[in-house]
Amino acid sequence: MSVAIELKGIEKNYPGVVANHDVDITIAKGNIHAIIGENGAGKSTLMKILYGMVKPDAGTIAIFESPATIKSPQDAIGLGIGMVHQHFMLADNATVLENIVLGSEPMKAKVVVDYAKAREHLQSIIKTYGLDISPDDLVADLGVGVRQRVEIAKVLFRGAKILILDEPTAVLVPQEVDDLFKNLKGLTQNGLTIIFISHKLDEVMAIADSITVMRHGTTVANLVPAKTNKKELAEYMIGGELPSPRPATTKPREEKVLVVTNASANDRTGREILHSINLEIHAGEILGLAGVEGNGQSELIELIMGLVKPDSGSVVTVGLNTQDSTLREIRDHGVGYIPQDRQRDGLMMAATLWENRILGHQQTKPMSNGVWIDKGAAKADSERIIEEFDVRTPSNTVLANALSGGNQQKFIVGREMSGDPKMLIAAQPTRGVDVGAQAIIWDHLIEARLKGTGVLLVSADLDELFQLSDRIAVIFRGTIVDYLDPRKTTPEQLGLAMTGEKIA
Amino acid sequence: MKNSLANRLWKIITSPSRMMLTVGAVIIMISLVRQYTGISDITSPGAAGATIRFTIPILMAGLGGLWAERSGVINIGLEGMMILGTWFGAWFGFLYGPWVGIFAGAIGGALAGILHAILTVRIGIDQAVSGLAINLLGMGTARFLSGVFFLGKGGDINISPQVNSIGTFTVPGLSPFLTEIGSKHILVISDVAGVCAGFITKINWASLVLILALPLTAWILWKTRFGLRMRFCGENPVAAESLGVNVYRTRYIALAVSGALAGLGGAYISVISTGNYLEGQTAGRGYIGLAAVIFGNWTPAGVLAGSVLFGLTDALRVRQSTSVHALLLVVITLALAYGVSKLRKKDWKGFIIGVVIGGVVLAYYLINKVVPDEFVTFFPNLTTILVLAFLSQRLRPPAMAGAPYRKGEESS
Amino acid sequence: MKRLNRFFWALAAPIAAVVFTLIFVSIILLMKGASPLSTFQLIASYGSQPENLVAELNQTVAYYLAGVAAAIGFRMLLFNIGIDGQYRLAVFIAAVVGGATNLPAFLEVPLIVITGVVVGALWASIAGYLKVKRNISEVISNIMLNTIASGLIIYLLQPGRLGLKGGLSDNLATPMIPKSGWMPSFHIMGGELYSFAFVAIAVGVLYWVVLNKSVFGFNLRATGMSFRAARASGVNAPRMVFITMALSGAIAGLTGMGELLSHTHTYSLAFPTGYALTGLALALLGRSNPVGIAIAAFFWAFLEQAAPALDLNGVPKEIVMMMQGTVILATVTSYEIVKRITRRQQQRLVGAAEAPRVDAVAKGVKS
Repeated sequence: MSVAIELKGIEKNYPGVVANHDVDITIAKGNIHAIIGENGAGKSTLMKILYGMVKPDAGTIAIFESPATIKSPQDAIGLGIGMVHQHFMLADNATVLENIVLGSEPMKAKVVVDYAKAREHLQSIIKTYGLDISPDDLVADLGVGVRQRVEIAKVLFRGAKILILDEPTAVLVPQEVDDLFKNLKGLTQNGLTIIFISHKLDEVMAIADSITVMRHGTTVANLVPAKTNKKELAEYMIGGELPSPRPATTKPREEKVLVVTNASANDRTGREILHSINLEIHAGEILGLAGVEGNGQSELIELIMGLVKPDSGSVVTVGLNTQDSTLREIRDHGVGYIPQDRQRDGLMMAATLWENRILGHQQTKPMSNGVWIDKGAAKADSERIIEEFDVRTPSNTVLANALSGGNQQKFIVGREMSGDPKMLIAAQPTRGVDVGAQAIIWDHLIEARLKGTGVLLVSADLDELFQLSDRIAVIFRGTIVDYLDPRKTTPEQLGLAMTGEKIA
Repeated sequence: MKNSLANRLWKIITSPSRMMLTVGAVIIMISLVRQYTGISDITSPGAAGATIRFTIPILMAGLGGLWAERSGVINIGLEGMMILGTWFGAWFGFLYGPWVGIFAGAIGGALAGILHAILTVRIGIDQAVSGLAINLLGMGTARFLSGVFFLGKGGDINISPQVNSIGTFTVPGLSPFLTEIGSKHILVISDVAGVCAGFITKINWASLVLILALPLTAWILWKTRFGLRMRFCGENPVAAESLGVNVYRTRYIALAVSGALAGLGGAYISVISTGNYLEGQTAGRGYIGLAAVIFGNWTPAGVLAGSVLFGLTDALRVRQSTSVHALLLVVITLALAYGVSKLRKKDWKGFIIGVVIGGVVLAYYLINKVVPDEFVTFFPNLTTILVLAFLSQRLRPPAMAGAPYRKGEESS
Repeated sequence: MKRLNRFFWALAAPIAAVVFTLIFVSIILLMKGASPLSTFQLIASYGSQPENLVAELNQTVAYYLAGVAAAIGFRMLLFNIGIDGQYRLAVFIAAVVGGATNLPAFLEVPLIVITGVVVGALWASIAGYLKVKRNISEVISNIMLNTIASGLIIYLLQPGRLGLKGGLSDNLATPMIPKSGWMPSFHIMGGELYSFAFVAIAVGVLYWVVLNKSVFGFNLRATGMSFRAARASGVNAPRMVFITMALSGAIAGLTGMGELLSHTHTYSLAFPTGYALTGLALALLGRSNPVGIAIAAFFWAFLEQAAPALDLNGVPKEIVMMMQGTVILATVTSYEIVKRITRRQQQRLVGAAEAPRVDAVAKGVKS
């Protein structure tokens, strides 16, 4: 067996943080090698090192059994390493061919790009690997799955022998995942090596030939799917038993904090994005919302908060019909919101923590009297949050962008739970936070439930859904396809429901 | 409603076959107007020549703007770069002859372009701030240098000594022939001949050379490797960097060229149009160039169309303001034709809009004898605002133009 | 100690900028063969003569208002380069309205001022509308609107429309505002200080209090810092952007009022242009802080007032314009650098706060 990549003792330090240390990985040629780990486990840093975007502080790299120093992506490309980024690196306002040739353009007459030659080369790649793309399409018109194939074609065009795929399935629907896996198998059959970065255990078990688990910046296990199982992988990932939240003991109350009746909504182009949604949340209940990302979750949240008005049907949030209420009124009526993209939607990154404490509560007591801001109250209460939610920060005058992701998230959760909201929308509340923070956030969600808050928990983490939810609603292609009882459902059944299969 | 008008207009502008048809129709209409009003200057060789002279500076500024924005940096400093072009052009033109002057103008503009690059690309300050400061600096530098160099050399604190003129060229035989036909007042034929005569009569050599920047820009943008990379720097610099494109260096080059082009436009004004430097002679043409970029939807051909439109209004205003008034008839006809065409599809709103616009302009045409100069002055600006307001969905500016980009940092 | 550190870094940037500018200008002066030291002395002594000081203060008021107008926009990441058009159209229409009415003073003066404010706000709201509804850069639309405003004013100023010919100079001007529409001036130091200065001070106080203490101000700043986070928090963010643009225009509408109400009493083309650039520069220099803007505005006015003295000394006075341009660039650059330094400092502090946890976890792994 020949070795494609060998990493030894890789180390990388950032000011105040150790991103990678003692990383040892060996990857066989022609394999699909998965690297798994929680967010923040150091996978991305490691891949950036391998792709020359970040310089390691120590350690050695060998590519195809000869030592290599990779100082830039160009070096990496020269060594046959290609990267398919999680966020696609494509220009919308250019064709597929232009996107693919950029950076390694075949030339004629020194300055002119030989597009004919490039097209020929691309066509042969398309044929060899069975990638379904057409060179002259404008990227702006392409769907997510096709864009990913363009990204793959891009690295193949450069003659890559080793492909790094960074969380390639995060943005795909199940059918697209299947297509992708088929494509990947095709690539390895042609002798390519693939590094598959993920934190989705099912996918890793399905596609990988070998697996490396990372935790806290280092490699903790090298495994083969046939000789391990998801539970073991999960334990390696988090370094112990999965933390399980306290089971719920009380019954939800009668009173409803959310009533969505037959609501449908269209996007700006008139395409229906939500179809005939029926959803109820009781006070003191956690309703889990399961679904593959991009099946209407964020639109549903906007619908519930009144940012999007239903085109038909009705939405009554905490007793207010969203049709004739503003988001301000709805939020002031007792709705907390933990957004999925905390840095964009949850924080003013360039403002201090105490100013961020006011966000969302700027018009209600105790943060203000409706006209004037109460700075003292904001500072005092942000101090309370820092204390209760264990936010690691020198003070409340630190700018939000100086905190780590987990601490930012704890602060947001604390803020959104203050004032005991009637309803709480929590989108991916523990994504990208460490285990300690996760436990704190889970505890507080359960506590809120006990206090009578109705919680909508949108999560891609099935364990989280099973452990916390009283009921699980499954969303698929813009509509709720099923309600499940977490005590009577297996993860496999839930996974099936998420792909639109009805459970018998 | 407004959108369908917008879409229509847009299709006309963008589709080549429609464009030919439209151009033909407009020529016939203008010809009819010329015949009806008896204002023959509209399509005279002189007017065509003047249009070229007014178009070139705007075109140069516009191409400068195009280079900058295609590479991802908005260049509001075009005006300041043009001013430096006028000064350098005039001074070195006076010392070493007009060709050296034009070259020096390009250098002057390029220096300011490089400054803009250092400030926005390397240091990362706001592109608008840097552009405006460069305008201020350009103005101040030109004034300061005038005070230092022009006094005692036959110039004054705000005016340079005269530069020798560059020769002109006329196509022998054809030019008098076309001019002759042009003066016969034959419908369409005389008009086309008159305009063509303008293009080949007493054309400044500098005009011929500078206009090459247009095809050259188009060629570089769409055919060469540098052009491809530059466009990606404007569309998605992070992607470009990840594929080995040196975004900083590309933007440096693009901005230097941008400044040089603006400088050429400025030098053209001072060396060719007036023959000397006059303070304030750019009169906001840098901004008009910016407008031409938007009007032209960030394409070289579009920039040309915008520059010609704005140059034409400039030229007609200066020569004979009744011409602009006469051209209102074209606008009226277009508006009414639009309304009537809507009638066929039972689109009452469109019909009413067409008729109302046509009617209002017609009323204005009948009541007034001229279009006030002031309105003509801001015609390019108003056009740009309207284009932006009604066609914004159709415009395709470079996706990341204006956004700060730091190497190695995630784009925000 | 921490406070001292923050104070130091807040001041470091403008001081560095001024020092850099002085060095740059000195080099130019030396190249010109003039002594920098004596030139600066000349500027200082000429600028601080009493009668010049009053003129500087009056100019400071106008610059200050333009600066505040720009600063409001900055809080929303709006670059209101349209202050020029807004201010001139405002003072022009206000002069026309004032010249056409003759109410008692307690009505006439507010009428004129409010007219200016409304016109400025309306003109700015065109750009605001285009920004919010059509996603068009306010920089481009405002540049275009400035030229359109100029054209409109010149058109309307023609005799027979809204203007008159004659008066003191041969300039076109609006009809004189009646005495009831005049604001008094104070005789001090041999000059006439416009009483409009008090309005400017009030505007500055209001600006600071509303922006930093009120819910409205919080919403405004929140939208400026993160449009999406503000929106998610319940703020009608697009509307805030529109309102901010209009507010900036409203303040811009006040810019020329001191001159109009206390001095010229008529609008003519002699009213200066270029207030947009100046306002933006001052807001940058003063970091959008009202006191900072005031200091910067005085500095600016001082330099311009002292400029003619340079000519007498054989130094072209245009060097002042170069100084201004250099100051802008140097300031923005040094703020950018300071921002990076302080951010790094803070990250180190936060890293220290988080460090104990990292150790604990590492230990947990080993055991």
